[in-house]
Amino acid sequence: MTVDALVVGAGPAGLAAATALKLGGTGTVLVVDREEEAGGIPRLCEHTGFGLRDLRRVLSGPEYARRWVERAVACGVEIRTRTMVTGWSAPGRAEMTGPSGVLEIDARTIVLATGARERPRAARLVPGTRPSGIFTTGQLQQWVHREHLPVGRRAVVVGAEHVSYSAVMTLRHAGVHPVALVTDLPRPQSYRLFDLLVRVGLRVPVWTQTSVAGVYGRDRVDRVLVRGPGGGERSIAVDTVVFTGDFIPDNELARLAGLSIDPGTRGPACAAGGVTTAPGIFAAGNLVHPAETADVAAQRALSVGRAAAAWLSQGADRTMLGASERVRVADPLHWVVPNRADPAREGDESVLIRSRVFLDHPRIVVTQGRRLLASYRLRHMIPNRSHHIPSDWWRRLRPDEDALISVSSRARG
Amino acid sequence: MTDDHTYDVVIIGAGVVGTAIGRQLARYRLRTVMLDRCTDVGMGTSKANTAILHTGFDTRPGSLESALVRRGHELLTAYAGRAGIALEKTGAVLVAWDAEQAVRLDDVVTKSKANGYLRAHRITLEELYRREPALGGGATGAVVIPDESIICPWSTSIAYATEAVGAGVELRLGVEVTAVTRDADAWLLRTTSGSLRSDWVVNAAGLGSDLLNHQFGHDEFTVAPRRGQLIVFDKMARPLLSSILLPVPTERTKGVLVAPTVYGNVLLGPTAEDVPDRQDTATTAVGIHGLFDAARRILPDLINEEVTATYAGLRAATEHPDYQITTHDREHYACVGGIRSTGLTASLAIAEHVVDGMGAGGLSLAEADHEPAVPHMPQLAERATRAFEDTRMIEDDPAYGHIICFCERVTEGEVRDALRAPVPAVDLGGVRRRTRATNGRCQGFFCGAAVAAQFASG
Repeated sequence: MTVDALVVGAGPAGLAAATALKLGGTGTVLVVDREEEAGGIPRLCEHTGFGLRDLRRVLSGPEYARRWVERAVACGVEIRTRTMVTGWSAPGRAEMTGPSGVLEIDARTIVLATGARERPRAARLVPGTRPSGIFTTGQLQQWVHREHLPVGRRAVVVGAEHVSYSAVMTLRHAGVHPVALVTDLPRPQSYRLFDLLVRVGLRVPVWTQTSVAGVYGRDRVDRVLVRGPGGGERSIAVDTVVFTGDFIPDNELARLAGLSIDPGTRGPACAAGGVTTAPGIFAAGNLVHPAETADVAAQRALSVGRAAAAWLSQGADRTMLGASERVRVADPLHWVVPNRADPAREGDESVLIRSRVFLDHPRIVVTQGRRLLASYRLRHMIPNRSHHIPSDWWRRLRPDEDALISVSSRARG
Repeated sequence: MTDDHTYDVVIIGAGVVGTAIGRQLARYRLRTVMLDRCTDVGMGTSKANTAILHTGFDTRPGSLESALVRRGHELLTAYAGRAGIALEKTGAVLVAWDAEQAVRLDDVVTKSKANGYLRAHRITLEELYRREPALGGGATGAVVIPDESIICPWSTSIAYATEAVGAGVELRLGVEVTAVTRDADAWLLRTTSGSLRSDWVVNAAGLGSDLLNHQFGHDEFTVAPRRGQLIVFDKMARPLLSSILLPVPTERTKGVLVAPTVYGNVLLGPTAEDVPDRQDTATTAVGIHGLFDAARRILPDLINEEVTATYAGLRAATEHPDYQITTHDREHYACVGGIRSTGLTASLAIAEHVVDGMGAGGLSLAEADHEPAVPHMPQLAERATRAFEDTRMIEDDPAYGHIICFCERVTEGEVRDALRAPVPAVDLGGVRRRTRATNGRCQGFFCGAAVAAQFASG
C-alpha cells in the first residue's frame, strides 16, 4: 500500500499536521495511532482548559480531542487506530502491526508526531525498592479515568509544573490525599492560579528545593525519603508516589529512521516547519518540544503539515538537503526549538526557548561565531515553561556555522 | 493426616534450582511437591541477576561448581532451544584496563583450560576495538570467551516449573514452612497452609537455605547475602556493544560488567555489597553512581542513554568457596545451599547431581510411563519473531495483532496467555516476567493501566 503522507500519532499535533497536509492539496493522508482511539493525551485529561489558542474556546481534554478528530476526518484524512508503527523496512516504508495483521506502507512523506512521556522513576535514578504504587501522571490518569482502578490513600507528587497540578486533581478525584508536591527548584513552575488553588484551596503544600531521595516498601510503597533545602532527610508515610513532568520525547521511531537528535530536547533536530535532517521526514508536536500544551502543539503542527505539503508539491526530492546548521543553547538554557537552521526556508513561527533555572529579566543573545545576530530582553524565565523569542535572525544566519543562544552574563538574576 | 498431604519428596524453594529439581524428579514415579513462600516461581536470586549463561571459564578448577557450571551450560543451552527460552550466544570479552590486569590475562586463559573450557583466547587490542568500537579508550589487553551467552532468567524457572507441573508434580506457592519434625518413617512439615508428610525433603531455599538447614539439624554453612545492584539501559544503547564486556575478576567478585540482554537492552552491574538483611533488595544512590563511574570507563556512550530500570538482587554467598550440596542418606534430606551467581547456568546439572545423590541414598527412581513434555515458552527474545510480527499467529488469533505494551510490543494475546498458563501470573510482576509488558522505557506511562485492567478482568 502506498500513501502520499503517513502521519504517525493521532494526538493534537498529528491530527493538525494531517489536516494541514490535506488542506495543502495532498492526495492520501493516513494517520496511524497505536491507542484504541484517536485524540492523544488530551483524551485522558478530564479537566478543562483545552483549545484556547487553536480552537478559540475552552474545552475539556476529551472534548478537545474529539474536535480535532472530527476536523481531520472532515478534511478527508484517514485515521487507523490500534495500529502501531514498529520500525522501518526501508526509507519511506513503515512496518506496522494492527488488527488486520502485519503490514508495510510506503509513504512519499512522513510526519512523526509520536509525542512525549514523563520520565519514570528509574530514569530519574531514584533509589530504593520496587513496590507497587509508583505512577507517572499519564499512567495515573488512565488508571483512574479510563480503567477505574483503585489507587491508594496518601500520595506524594514529584514535580511542580503544569502536569503536576493535573496529577493532584486526578488524585483528589480518586479519593487519594495528596500530602505534598515536591520540587527541587526554588519555586513552583506552573501558573500562579494553579498554585493558589492547590496550596490555599486544597491545602496541599509545595515543598521547594526538595528532592525525593528514595522510595521504599516491600509489596506496596510505604514511605518516601525526601531531602530538604538544608540536606536533611525525612521519611514521609505514603502508599503512592506520582512522578510528574520531566518530559522526554518518544523518539524511538525518529532514531530508527536515522534522524539526528537534539541534545537538549532529545527529540529529532528540526528546522522551522518540522524539517528534520532526513528529507521527506517531518516532525511535529511534543516529539519536538517536550512538552507544550495541546493547543501550542497543534498550532505549531499546522505549519509542519503545510511544509510537508509544500515539499510534496515541489516534487518530493529526497536528495534535497535537510535541516543543517545547528542552533545550540548555552547553560543555563535547556533547549531551543527549532534547533536547526534551514537556509531554504523562512519560518513564520516563533522560537521556543527554555531555561533550567529561574531568571529575572534575562537578556537572551543569539550569536554566530563572534557575530551578534539578535538580543532580546525577557521579563523572566521559568523552568519547564517555554518562552518565545522572534525568529527574524534566521535570515542573517551564515551557512556552515552553528549559532548559539545564551543568557548575557550581565543580566543574570 | 490424609493421604492428600503425603509425598515422596518435598522441595522447599521454587527458584531456578528448586524448579529444576522438581523437573528432574518429574520423570520418576514419585509424588513430589514444590513449595515456595513467594507467590511465583523464581522470585529470589533467580529473578534479579546478570542473566548470563556462563561457560565456567573463571570458576575454581576442581570445584563442584566448576563441574556443574560446565555441564549446566551444555544442558541449558540445549533445553533453551527446545523450550523456546530466549538465549543469545554473544560471547564475552574480558578486558584489562591497566598493566597489572594485562599481566593476569594469561592466568585467565590457563584457569579456563583447567576448567575444561578450551576456547578462551587472547586477542590483540586492534581486534578488541574492531569487535567493540564503542569500548572506552585505554584497554591494555583482552581475552575472548566465545561461548558466554545471555539468557532470559524468568522463563527458565517458569519453564522448569511448567514441565514439572505438566508431569504431575505439585506446585504450592505462598506457603512457608514453619516447623520441621520427624517420626519413624517420614518428615513432618508444618506450613502456613497445613501440614505435609514426606519421605524425602530437598532444601533449595536459596537465601534462607542455611536457616532451614538448621531446622533439619545441620550447620555446614551460613548465607552471607551479597547484594548486586544493576541498571538496565534503553534499547537504543544496544548497538553500542556486541558481546558481554567483563572486567578482570578478583578473588572477591567478578566485578562490574556490561552485557546485552535478550530483550534488546543493555545491563550494567552488579555491585557486590555484603548486607545483613536477607530481604534488602533496595538500590542506593552510592551503588547507582558507582556503576555509572564504571560505565564511563568501559562504555562511555552508555551514560548518554536513558535508564529503563534499576534493581538489586541478593546472591546466596557463604563462607565457603564452593556450592554446599549434601545428601544425608539416612535422614532422607538433601541440602542444596551456597548456589551463588552461577546457579542459573548450573541449574539443570545441579538437579541431575542432587537427584542422582538421592537415588544413591535410597530414593526409588523408577521411570514414569511418560516422559515429561518440554513446554513451549512464549517468545520473549528481541531477535526472534515475536507475536506482534508473526502474520500466522495474528491470522489465527487477532489478539496477537493488538499491541497493548508499546515499548516492549506486547500484545493482548500474550498477556491473556500469561494469565491462563499452567504456571500462571498471579500479579502484575508475574505478567511482566512472562510477557515483558510494562518492562520498557515508559515503565507503564502508556500501558500500565491497560495491562492492569486486563489482569484485573482475567
